[in-house]
Amino acid sequence: MKKITRITILVCSLAMIAAYFTPIWSIDLEAPQYPEGLGMKIWINKITGDLNTINGLNHYIGMKKIEPDSIKELTIMPFILASLILFGIITGFLGRKKILGVFVVVFLIAGIAGGVDFYMWEYDYGHDLDPTAAIIVPGMSYQPPLFGSEQLLNFVAHSYPDTGGWIVIGTGILMVLVFIYELKFNKKEQNKNVQYEHAKA
Amino acid sequence: MKLFRKILNKAFDSHVLPPITAALILAMLFTALLAAGCGKKDGTTTLNMSEDAANKVYVAPGKYDEFYSFISGGFSGQLAVYGLPSGRLFRVIPVFSVDPEKGWGYTEETKPMLMTSQGFIPWDDAHHTELSMTDGVPDGRWIFLNGNNTPRLARIDLKTFRTAEILEIPNSAGNHSSPFITENSEYVVCGTRFSIPIKELDVPIDSYKEKFNGTISFVKINPQSGNMNVDFQILTPPFDYDLSHAGKGPSHDWFFFSCYNTEEAYTLLEVNASQKDKDFIMAVNWKKAEEYLKQGKATDKESEYYHNVYDDGTHSAKSEILKTVKMLDPKDCPGMIYYIPCPKSPHGADVDPSGEYIIGGGKLATVIPVFSFSKMLKAIEDKQFDGDVAGIPVIKYEAALHGEVQKPGLGPLHTEFDDKGFAYTSMFVSSEVVKWDIKKLEVVDRAPSFYSVGHIMIPGGDSKKPWGKYLVVMNKITKDRFLPTGPELTQSAQLYDISGEKMKLLLDFPTIGEPHYAQGIPAEMLVKNSVKIFKLDENKHPYAIKSVNDARVERKGNEVHVYIGMVRSHFTPDNIEGVKVGDKVFFHVTNMEQDWDIPHGFAVKGNNTSEMLIMPGETQTITWEPQTATVYPFYCTDFCSALHQEMQGYIRVQPKDSNAQIKFQTGTK
Repeated sequence: MKKITRITILVCSLAMIAAYFTPIWSIDLEAPQYPEGLGMKIWINKITGDLNTINGLNHYIGMKKIEPDSIKELTIMPFILASLILFGIITGFLGRKKILGVFVVVFLIAGIAGGVDFYMWEYDYGHDLDPTAAIIVPGMSYQPPLFGSEQLLNFVAHSYPDTGGWIVIGTGILMVLVFIYELKFNKKEQNKNVQYEHAKA
Repeated sequence: MKLFRKILNKAFDSHVLPPITAALILAMLFTALLAAGCGKKDGTTTLNMSEDAANKVYVAPGKYDEFYSFISGGFSGQLAVYGLPSGRLFRVIPVFSVDPEKGWGYTEETKPMLMTSQGFIPWDDAHHTELSMTDGVPDGRWIFLNGNNTPRLARIDLKTFRTAEILEIPNSAGNHSSPFITENSEYVVCGTRFSIPIKELDVPIDSYKEKFNGTISFVKINPQSGNMNVDFQILTPPFDYDLSHAGKGPSHDWFFFSCYNTEEAYTLLEVNASQKDKDFIMAVNWKKAEEYLKQGKATDKESEYYHNVYDDGTHSAKSEILKTVKMLDPKDCPGMIYYIPCPKSPHGADVDPSGEYIIGGGKLATVIPVFSFSKMLKAIEDKQFDGDVAGIPVIKYEAALHGEVQKPGLGPLHTEFDDKGFAYTSMFVSSEVVKWDIKKLEVVDRAPSFYSVGHIMIPGGDSKKPWGKYLVVMNKITKDRFLPTGPELTQSAQLYDISGEKMKLLLDFPTIGEPHYAQGIPAEMLVKNSVKIFKLDENKHPYAIKSVNDARVERKGNEVHVYIGMVRSHFTPDNIEGVKVGDKVFFHVTNMEQDWDIPHGFAVKGNNTSEMLIMPGETQTITWEPQTATVYPFYCTDFCSALHQEMQGYIRVQPKDSNAQIKFQTGTK
């Protein structure tokens, strides 16, 4: 692997440490009577923001309370990210294309799994409604969007990655790009290495 | 082409380019998303401010507003008077709560107004206002206000803008569906939001379904004096009777009440009273009720309640204690009451100007149901019933339904009407007002409110002839709309121009209390009747003085009665001696002026009651029990003249065991 690839991998992996100190995802709710805004931020191990207000509002339509303590992902995620960072650092140091390939695949699987898990949580949260709720709108569910904006009754919900999320997503995309780069456009170097090894031999 | 490929190859050979490209792609993505994210903030709350809004609400100095609006003071217990379109506050009329500024509830004359079977009560929660009507149109004689907490009904005289009468409502709790009125002010109704035990008083709470009842009181209004008396009450199933409106025109004989908690829950109503898809609109044929009353179907129910009347002749209130009330049981009165199913936990029960359409505001519903009075009659005639509740027939929903307004918004609460066939419904949850066509049931316009609108008001908007020029929206939340004042912010209302096709927001204005419900009337209908002064020679107050020569001080045991006259800028007498510690001093103060806008005030040092504001020609009394022997100043509190600061006097208090002799004077002899 080229030096620049290795440095990119190392820098990106280390950059992901920032995801421990910045929110990963943010969900904002917008309604006329909340000019000051209403939202929550999902961190690697906690949820912050106007949780009480959101829980208070959601109980009218029978949504479950968001209780960070009962969301097991918040305890698992720090370890998954730590593993990825470690894996990234190892990949950067070893500089082996095959390991980079495995790293990219693992990264993508982790990313997709995270997305699917988040979607499923949102689905359950938006669909599993208390049948005794005060307001029941026939055919209405309240699943927030995975990515993007959506009107949910009187609220517009916006769901986008936050700083930490962008860093992780950016790292993911960069890893795929450097892998493609190594695979497609760095054959020469590989050949050079092979030749070099041959020569040594 | 070769060159291009060369460049490309060179680029791909480069060590640095791919990560830079990736970073660039990322940066672009990020920017795009940020841009999308920022763009979201406007849109939903963008205002279509009309350019000439300022002109439309500007009332030039010295000019009058076009309308009076009477907005309930909510938990202040009072009634506030504002001008429209300016939104200027003119007066807070003390009704159910004491007002030391005006002496309301502190003077001997006004104390009886706040008497109830539970004793003197200095506060209530005033929700709804209703103007007296003639031929279904506000006539500007009186306005009524409900007391929700200690069930009472007040009548305010619009000649004096003062509370003229307060009637306690027996067998009631949460007097919420009140004070709605029939077309010719025959009756004002009072319905119970809280059902309570009525036949037996001390029962377990969980006997709610068996032992609790609601009542609907029909308070008869004397067409000349306006005096109120509970003509009869109707015993109802223990639902929460929320709001009501009388029929008009063809539906003249009927009254419609919204009711929720048909689940009959008595705990955690938030959930337990929100379970049924439909609650009811209760239709009461009050003409039929009158017939049953005449036939002697009512029973006499013993219950103590107060009736307090203020007399502008004696400038004093008197309380009478009443002991019984006539009670009708629907079981004995077939054809008097019907229930119409209405989605879901209805708040407003509003009748359009024609009297044909009844609109239910189901605050948890997703449609606005519009019922047809003629279809309701037909359904009753054809017996299209869906069973009964406690013997009261339930009309089939579809049989009485004119139609539903689809997707109106969220949380429809209350509907008012204009004079062009449109209805305006407030939406609490989605914080907006929707305008819709009554016949076509189509939404034609919507306007956001800031924030969370409760009731709305169009002058005459619940009558036969609405003056459909302005719409007042009363909000529950103001947040960032005004300068902040700590955690407790101002309450507010908003004014919309509804003369055109689209509603246009003109003005935000602050209000007192929580503005619940309002009435509006063209100013010209009241201005001409407004009393300027009370005539001194018609003053029948027993302690009034007509001439300063009658000013005097009299001792009756340990009571000292001081008859004081006030004329700019002195009291007669202004030097008083002979009071002793332990005496109870009655200051009977007459404002002897006969000039417009010359009230005088009266306050004495250390008095633990309040000041008095006394209008020209009026007499008011405050009591004072001094604790220390010394000389106390008293003075005029309402700036009356250039020599207002000189308008003062002294009263000497001597020790309890002294041989103090009554003496008084003004000026040295």
